Amino acid sequence: MRRLKEDFLCMLGAAPKKPEHPGQIAEEVRQIMELKRANKSRLKEHLHEEARRNPCHKWRNRRWIVLVAVNLLFLFSFWLDIQILEGALTASRFVGFHLVDLNSALQVMLAHKHVIVNLVIGTVTVFLLWVMLGGRSFCSWVCPYHLLAELTEKLHLRLVQKKIVTDHEFHRGTRTVFWVLFAILAFVTGYTVFETLSPVGILSRALIYGPGLALAWVFLLLLFEIFWSRRAWCRYVCPIGLTYGVVGTITPLRVSYHVEACFHEGDCRKVCLVPHVLDVTIKGRATETEMGLGPDCTRCGLCVDACPTGALRFEVKGLSKLL
Amino acid sequence: MSEPEQPNPNPPPKAKPAMSLEKRQRMRRKFIRSAILLAGVIGASILGVVPVIRGWAQRLRPPGALDEKDFLASCIKCGQCVQVCPVSAIKLGEIDEGYGIGVPFIDAREQACDFSCDAVQCILACPTGSLTYEKPDFFPVRKGAELSRMPVLKARANESEPAINLRERMGLARLTRPEACLAMQGKGFVGTPRGAGFKGKMRYMDIDRWKPILVRDYPYEREICDLCVTECPIEDAIALEPFTDADGNQGFRPVVREQCVGCGVCEMICPAEPAAIEIETRALWRANGEGV
Repeated sequence: MRRLKEDFLCMLGAAPKKPEHPGQIAEEVRQIMELKRANKSRLKEHLHEEARRNPCHKWRNRRWIVLVAVNLLFLFSFWLDIQILEGALTASRFVGFHLVDLNSALQVMLAHKHVIVNLVIGTVTVFLLWVMLGGRSFCSWVCPYHLLAELTEKLHLRLVQKKIVTDHEFHRGTRTVFWVLFAILAFVTGYTVFETLSPVGILSRALIYGPGLALAWVFLLLLFEIFWSRRAWCRYVCPIGLTYGVVGTITPLRVSYHVEACFHEGDCRKVCLVPHVLDVTIKGRATETEMGLGPDCTRCGLCVDACPTGALRFEVKGLSKLL
Repeated sequence: MSEPEQPNPNPPPKAKPAMSLEKRQRMRRKFIRSAILLAGVIGASILGVVPVIRGWAQRLRPPGALDEKDFLASCIKCGQCVQVCPVSAIKLGEIDEGYGIGVPFIDAREQACDFSCDAVQCILACPTGSLTYEKPDFFPVRKGAELSRMPVLKARANESEPAINLRERMGLARLTRPEACLAMQGKGFVGTPRGAGFKGKMRYMDIDRWKPILVRDYPYEREICDLCVTECPIEDAIALEPFTDADGNQGFRPVVREQCVGCGVCEMICPAEPAAIEIETRALWRANGEGV
């Protein structure tokens, strides 16, 4: 329970906690760390060399396929009139069943202050869906902006490597402030203020109903991320991510960390959108032999791909042990 | 960092090392940057109110829309109404409409709503009640927006339930350019009213009830142009009234009646360029017989 609270606060912007004294670290973990210290084999170097020579993209590829497929399903449902997934990412109907994006629903409810049954049905359905599938999985497995930002991130990283640009970090708590401000704005003004700038809605509608002027805003965001701050929108601004993060707090589907297999090299943190969730992989941070990553994790699987020793794995809490 | 192998569960509390000047400065800069980011993005989002308040785009909303303020608040910007419209009359607002981004509207001159779906499908599709058959009681109905009775669809005039489930008008048709109106000049019309390049569609009951066709594929021949009257999908919404002007010339004036829902078919079909009759968005009917 305490860890859940810490992970939650960390998602809102607090710095990840270090174990304050050895008493917090499980006896088993201490033994593992002891063994690691004693056994300085060359295995570590070998595995990392191997991993860098043959980078694994298993989860990334699966994820991209799902993301593209979902968005194309929206497109074709309209274009080819196959009517499987009608609407856009803000609200839709899957073979007739209402689905409503949680953050859009929240904005509409706050602004309009009147909720009809269909909106409730759609919201509850999507809520349950992402409680099962891990809240922020929406971000990396569905959100079209995530995909674009992931691609431009590569460009940003190359420019950083060549020392042409530097990454300017913001305080992670900024996103929480944004979430609160956009909620207040919707409630007070009676307009869905955030939707005007939401690149998710803009991109989804542009894909389905045709491109428009609003894409210029998305383009500006991407430029900002390339030349100024890595993944700035997703990391520091997007209230949608936080909404789904909160929903995913109790999700059983997660990436888990197994300290026994870890060499604490930090390759996972370099590829991660939300590296603070991987702070447990820093030497001396883990308190249990097996730890689920915090709710801010988008379950994108980049760390699972990057880890040469399999210390990070997808698992369904409670179920993986049974299988 | 704590040493995991020392089995001392209660180490003496360590004093926190004083933060280096450089680190403190870095944090301060990060804080200021974050504040600027907040101000910038929130500021940009608030700019969206400008086009709304200034009324830059007075949009004709789809049938069954709540009052404008409520409509913008409740619309979730998903476009499901766009998808069900058989004549593709509904479009979505652009970012230059501020909070109207992604909100559906009808450009009647390009493609009006001719109710060829019969059931007002867009209302049925709306997940948030932005478009609704019946407003909840606590939303006030503006005087003159309410129709005196549910409008009868000409296409269903012979059926047991000829009316469409619509209680308020979207707007009102108005003869904005009487001098351009062919009927007013006593002229007829032959041909396709909007030219060979026009992409607008309409349902013609004599062609196919369920398949709207291009207006350009349906030529007309009228001794006195009465397209706005004959093509109007609603009964008793518009009629031609004869008049004689001061010089003794005979003409016909299109007169809009109380049953006009503001669907915009008259504006779309009007052969004058620009249209002699147009929809005034969200206009209210006044008892003296003139739309305002």
